[in-house]
Amino acid sequence: MKILLVDDSSTMRRIQKNTLSTLGFTDVDEAEDGQDAVSKVGKTAYDLVLMDWNMPNMTGIDALKAIRANPATAKVPVIMVTSESEKTRILEAIQAGATNYIVKPFTPDVLKEKLDALHG
Amino acid sequence: MRSELINPFLKATMSTFQTMVNTTPQPAAPYVKAEPSLAHDVSGIIGLSGGAKGAVIISFPTKTALATVSAFIGLNVTQIDADVTDAVGELANIIAGAAKADLSGLNVTISLPSVVVGTNHKVTTPKDIPSIVIPFTCTHGDFIVEVCIALAEQK
Repeated sequence: MKILLVDDSSTMRRIQKNTLSTLGFTDVDEAEDGQDAVSKVGKTAYDLVLMDWNMPNMTGIDALKAIRANPATAKVPVIMVTSESEKTRILEAIQAGATNYIVKPFTPDVLKEKLDALHG
Repeated sequence: MRSELINPFLKATMSTFQTMVNTTPQPAAPYVKAEPSLAHDVSGIIGLSGGAKGAVIISFPTKTALATVSAFIGLNVTQIDADVTDAVGELANIIAGAAKADLSGLNVTISLPSVVVGTNHKVTTPKDIPSIVIPFTCTHGDFIVEVCIALAEQK
């Protein structure tokens, strides 16, 4: 599974990358903001995008909308991984096409559960 | 200041440290910030806007910052560098985001984090917004969370 991690915090990218590695997912690329993510998703066939919300240049929700608006990338699974934990925000993300939603702080078990759900 | 504005940050700090830093911080009694304010070495700052205005600040002595970040990122760090400042900013971001959920009726927006590094620096907050300091002790040392917040229409 090829995964794109999108977070402006290098700390969060490192934590998630380490967690993914312990879960057996080692084919992981990184993006620093929404613009970088949209660009990379347009060039590479990812099986999953883990997307932060609050980032400079382009937010995660705007990047999600851009990915869904492009027929070539519209079906890429995108899980929002964010500190935005209000129900209205979660609903906004789901309506924008988020595949799933992880609220920070989260444990490795939560990430595993969402990845398992992806496979049905 | 109304306790319902402060308790979400106390609760969010505890859950963030328990989940992401593997320690349960013990809060001491909160108090109103007085001048001269406490001096710290590393501070993560998140601005609050929308229905409530102000800032939330998490401040560490260097030793506590290094131990906390080491536990947070799973790597032993020994000096304040870009990784440490990024991690402190992210901790502030997670705490503010988690607290925001309990303030959902206020439609609060949080800023991207800023981090200040400097031995014995002080963070000044607006004098017209009350500021409450919550001291914490955890296995990595002592730190504080400062909540400077007021309802927008009450400012």
